[in-house]
Amino acid sequence: MQGMIEELSNLMGVSGAEKDVRNYILEQIKPYATDITVDTMGNVIAFKKGKAGYQTIMVSAHMDEVGFIITDITDKGYLKFATVGGIDPKILVSKRVKVGKDKNDGVIGIKAIHLQSKEEKSGKVSLKNLYIDIGCSKKEEAEKKASIGDYAGFAPRYMTLGNNIVSKALDDRIGCALLIELMKDTYDPDVYFCFTVQEEVGLRGAKVATHRIKPDFTIAVETTTCNDVADAKEHEFSTIYGAGAVLTLMDRSSMSDAKMITNLYKKAKSLGIPVQYKTLAKGGNDTGAMQTAAGGAKSVSLSIACKYIHSPVCMANKEDIHSLYSTVKLCIKEGCLS
Amino acid sequence: MMETLKKLSLCISPSGHEKNIREIIKESVSELADDVTIDPLGNLIVHKKGPGKKIMICSHMDEIGFMVTFAEKDGFLRFCTIGGIRAKNMVHTKVVFQNGVVGVIGVDGDIKEDKIIFEKMYIDIGATSKEEALSMVGIGDVCGFYTKFAIMGDHICSKSLDDRIACYIAIETLKNIKECPNDLYFVFSTQEELGMRGAKAAAFSIDPDMGIALDVTNTGDTPEAQKMVVKLGGGAAIKIKDSSVLCHRSVVEFLKNTAKQENIDYQLEVLPSGGTDAGAIHLSKEGVPSGGISIPCRYVHSPSEMVSMHDVVECTKLLTAVLSTEI
Repeated sequence: MQGMIEELSNLMGVSGAEKDVRNYILEQIKPYATDITVDTMGNVIAFKKGKAGYQTIMVSAHMDEVGFIITDITDKGYLKFATVGGIDPKILVSKRVKVGKDKNDGVIGIKAIHLQSKEEKSGKVSLKNLYIDIGCSKKEEAEKKASIGDYAGFAPRYMTLGNNIVSKALDDRIGCALLIELMKDTYDPDVYFCFTVQEEVGLRGAKVATHRIKPDFTIAVETTTCNDVADAKEHEFSTIYGAGAVLTLMDRSSMSDAKMITNLYKKAKSLGIPVQYKTLAKGGNDTGAMQTAAGGAKSVSLSIACKYIHSPVCMANKEDIHSLYSTVKLCIKEGCLS
Repeated sequence: MMETLKKLSLCISPSGHEKNIREIIKESVSELADDVTIDPLGNLIVHKKGPGKKIMICSHMDEIGFMVTFAEKDGFLRFCTIGGIRAKNMVHTKVVFQNGVVGVIGVDGDIKEDKIIFEKMYIDIGATSKEEALSMVGIGDVCGFYTKFAIMGDHICSKSLDDRIACYIAIETLKNIKECPNDLYFVFSTQEELGMRGAKAAAFSIDPDMGIALDVTNTGDTPEAQKMVVKLGGGAAIKIKDSSVLCHRSVVEFLKNTAKQENIDYQLEVLPSGGTDAGAIHLSKEGVPSGGISIPCRYVHSPSEMVSMHDVVECTKLLTAVLSTEI
């Protein structure tokens, strides 16, 4: 599975331009699905027929990642950009990026420390002071390599650090890889494995996919915030890195079905699967769209603790990936423990 | 009458955990309806059949509250909020969990008064260790305000009159309706305080021709209050707008004309901020003409919400008259 996470996270798929990721997934899941639909927004909906008399489960992971869109090209050939999804401008300085369909190399520049005024040194990094440098010195030259409206993303550079993996877009390619892996098994309920688009810009793909499927239960497989770093207080960790699959009780977008989530927690614990509750009600994911769409569904969010999320160096723990895999599988096999 | 209201108000059922309040309401409406169902999000949908068009009447049964997220080793509980609550108003407020455990909200000692945020607050349930605390309540358990139900002349003051007062009005209206020319769906909705989530799902399933939200509204009748004409005792408030909806003119006119015809005391509500289930209903599917009947309420989202019984009676009369008229 780790090979697949590496391949998936190295692909570019900023929200609205998920094609490369979609094509990879379509290729992988072909042998395991009863039926595959790509809907109008680009969601991949893979159906796996179960036995009669069971309810319908929708499991989602989003294919898109945060990134950039080119908004202007300056006379000197620099590319101005807007962010797609939530990105902290502070983390952008000196990052390598890939621009456009041809994935041309670029770097995000800022004025050298020698030249910064006192105010600039202590001030905050603002998007308006940042640009992508693709090595061109004139507008005309830059226009041959990029145009307004092109997407850009963090340059891929996957690596292993001890028992951890580090890459861009682990949010949510880990989820995508887990879904592909889960599709290899068989289940009693009808299961729709959905690889959604545009989660990072407002859970948009999941909303229409849910309308099509009208599930009884939904499970979002996600990455989530982890503040388990130096100086943080324990109750502000959000999640504990390496402590197992994260069960979200509530966040800004949704509230997991109280019975489902507590039953799942107990059942996982009894089977020795490491699980933890998220301790901050922040962030949001596809569950927000899935639980209220088309008459509503009982929902849970299951995640992995991810350090430095929404950056080129998202970090996740290998054991946690296995815990999450086991927890999602348990949830599906047990008919969502409702 | 006050006993029912008291029971509805004091029941602890924050958003997502509406089972307790749903049981109480279900028991009081089951004799009055043709069909009672519970949908996946926990909405209680009470159907009173009629030959005409479908009207969805929505009063939310959830309330604001708190959820335990973490237990400190000395037994104090960290928590997150459910719904919109101001941190500084909650200092030293008493809360009660669904299992009856009582707690007090405190603030970390190093936090200055103007820097109070929920991340720096805790609930003290009298436990002295993490183990003891977690034997009393679990992570994910929810609590609401611990308070008394007070009758103050024509006014009543208690927790969660937002929106249990509307649940009460809906139940009373169900009792009052003799003729039923329209097909009525009374929805006691869930998770309104988190963004009208229950109403959104219910409106999709019901697919109504008209939506009416019953909810509380702010007033402008206290010293130096924000300018607003709604006042306690001024009668049923017919909603013109809030942040979530611009009420359909035909619904507003229908409510106003009915109030005039029946000599019901009413006032007009233009709410600068805040939303109601009408916000979710009116955008469902191809769109649903929607409006609201609001109950004026002081100190909304506090343990001491206050309404006037005169207004409650007028709201009930108005809703009864409206639903008895064929749309």
